[in-house]
Amino acid sequence: MQFQDIGQIILFAVVVLVLAYPLGVYMAWVYTREKDDVVARGFFRVLGRGSAEEQDWKSYAKTVLIFSLIFFGLLYALLRLQGHLFLNPDHLPGVTWPIALNTAVSFMTNTNWQFYGGESTMSYLSQMSGLAVQNFVSAAVGMAVLAAVVRGISRRRAGTLGNFWRDLYRSLIYIMLPLSVIVAVILIWQGVPETFSGHVTALTLQGGHQSIARGPVASQISIKQLGTNGGGFYNSNSAVPFENPTGLSNFVEMLAIVLIPAAQVFMFGRMVRARKHAWMIYTAMFAMLAIGVAVSVSAEQQGSAVLQQSGVNIAATSTQSGGNMSDKEVRFGIADSALWAVTTTDTSNGSVNSGLDAYTPAGGAVPIVNMFTGEAIYGGVGTGLIGMFFYILIAVFVAGLMVGRTPEWLGKKIQAREMKLFVPTMILVLTAVAIATRAGEASIFNSGVHGFSETLYAYDSQANNNGSAFAGYGLTPFSSALGTIDMAFGRFVPMLAGLALGGSLAQKRTVPASAGTFRTDGATFVVLLIGVIVLTAGLMILPALTLGPVAEGLLH
Amino acid sequence: MLTRNIIRSVLVIVVSTVIFGFAYPALMVGFAQAAFPSQADGSLLYHDGHVVGSALAAQDFTGPRYFHERPSATTPAYNAASTTFANFGPTSTELAQQVHQQAEAILKLEGPYNPGLTISDIPVDAVTTSGSGIDPDISPAYAQLQSRRVAAVRHLPLATVDELISKYTTGRSLGILGDPGVNVLELNLALDNPANSGVK
Repeated sequence: MQFQDIGQIILFAVVVLVLAYPLGVYMAWVYTREKDDVVARGFFRVLGRGSAEEQDWKSYAKTVLIFSLIFFGLLYALLRLQGHLFLNPDHLPGVTWPIALNTAVSFMTNTNWQFYGGESTMSYLSQMSGLAVQNFVSAAVGMAVLAAVVRGISRRRAGTLGNFWRDLYRSLIYIMLPLSVIVAVILIWQGVPETFSGHVTALTLQGGHQSIARGPVASQISIKQLGTNGGGFYNSNSAVPFENPTGLSNFVEMLAIVLIPAAQVFMFGRMVRARKHAWMIYTAMFAMLAIGVAVSVSAEQQGSAVLQQSGVNIAATSTQSGGNMSDKEVRFGIADSALWAVTTTDTSNGSVNSGLDAYTPAGGAVPIVNMFTGEAIYGGVGTGLIGMFFYILIAVFVAGLMVGRTPEWLGKKIQAREMKLFVPTMILVLTAVAIATRAGEASIFNSGVHGFSETLYAYDSQANNNGSAFAGYGLTPFSSALGTIDMAFGRFVPMLAGLALGGSLAQKRTVPASAGTFRTDGATFVVLLIGVIVLTAGLMILPALTLGPVAEGLLH
Repeated sequence: MLTRNIIRSVLVIVVSTVIFGFAYPALMVGFAQAAFPSQADGSLLYHDGHVVGSALAAQDFTGPRYFHERPSATTPAYNAASTTFANFGPTSTELAQQVHQQAEAILKLEGPYNPGLTISDIPVDAVTTSGSGIDPDISPAYAQLQSRRVAAVRHLPLATVDELISKYTTGRSLGILGDPGVNVLELNLALDNPANSGVK
């Protein structure tokens, strides 16, 4: 490995922090300012009387659910009908129902699992007015819900958490839109296409013809990264040079993946006036990210069993990156590919710049574990930090039991919640169903234990609204339906649990800290939090890991 | 409550579609076409007035006169309208076969120009599929391996070919980000340019 490889990983960690902190401060301001701007006031007038009123958690949750359902319905209709609609220069037909169903749920839940190749399936109208809009909106829904939950935590003896329409508006206009314009400009400069013209046919040097897919790519890629969406314009996602042409574009896209989730930790710290506590949460997240990067980069650099045995040169030198270059791009090499794989699964982004199916057993196990934590390591926009709150509650509860006091968090007494176990349990059950049935077997591409890993990855990824894949896993009506259930429950169960938590904490009064209060702003808390995540998520995934990546690693 | 929320949802979706679905991409397209027209259109490369490819997409090179690309998993190979990974697992026998066949082909092609060439001299990117199937770059190591053949077939001094290789090597962005790569299409275009065929 070259020193630049270590250098760019460290640079990445530093730049994330330098940008995330001020952004978090800004976001706290966005969600707490009293006054609405003039556009917002007009917007609420159009929505009707009472649309900007404070809501309790149940009313907030109902609005989120209705809004998401309506969006799903309209998106499904659009995909089915695209063949008859405009902005379809390549004359693509309507999308078949298994793909349309899975895709509509996938984008509505901020998953962006893709059972299709974008450039060959989706018309420009579908990409722009369906998928790209959903990239903005589903991310903003997650951010709005987080803002409501955090408000609930910060309030005392209050019945309400804020207003969904206001939070949605502010997430979109104050945060997502300006950031995605900035990122899109950088990407266009680096070479990502942005045009309404269709495919162009080149006459190649050897006299052949090559059709090149283009489109309004940059504007979609910037938001797919910022909104932890991950759905690509092209099938091979950000491995395709048109989505990600240079080392710099790669760096900016990786920043965009992790920026908002990282900033939300600092936003939380300011909104609940517990900045040191937020730093401790950030530290725990960063430690787990760093471990993942170390394991993944070194495993990929060593190369896969097949490549080691083949006798080709896999050593890292100044003229090649070496290692497991299967399904990876030369301009990213090992370090940038593995770093991306870790950040995209720590957050619920799911875009990829290399093919994860080809990763070494250890390199591929890191994403599986990352996702299985419920994306609490940074996590998806909004939803990730909500997932982390449940781990914090368990940590505080465990600490309370140890010192023999009623557990408290941020001055409020809390009860145990088992919510955290719902999603991991669902993943294991659905994986078992997909493995045990003939219909599930049909989706598997690679034979043997790697086929098990493909299946586990698919339901792990969809449940956590990630969307990355061991991409050999194929589309059948069965896998489409199973995945649809997986994504919908994986999205809304934790979200509703989060809102319920916010609603219950908002009503409580705070008790002053005493000598017996477990401190959540010190190193002990960081260790305890990591321990809780490892024990709950880690122990649940271990048997499944043994059947998949561990067995594969041992067999060769 | 329910109907009011449904109406509000539809209104918000319509407004969002206008802003994020149409206005935002339209503005970005307008900006891109004005500020960075070449990139915005796909970094197309022209020769004699017609498009010969894109600097961001590999294309098929088979003859001995040209530098060759990395293997591609798309159908047909180097399909820039339907990209894909190979998706072979790290222990798959298909992967082993593909690597073996590709290595044999390279030894056969480059061996005559590189006496004593063995499989351990073949860089790993030369025998593995890329992520996109249209990776425009090869590692500098793989370019160096091919340079003797191209120089011999084209009757060019090796130094000239090596010079062109370094000219079309993209370094790390800002000196640190990404990995160096040699753009094969640009390199081959330069080789075909009569200005480069003469001995200096």
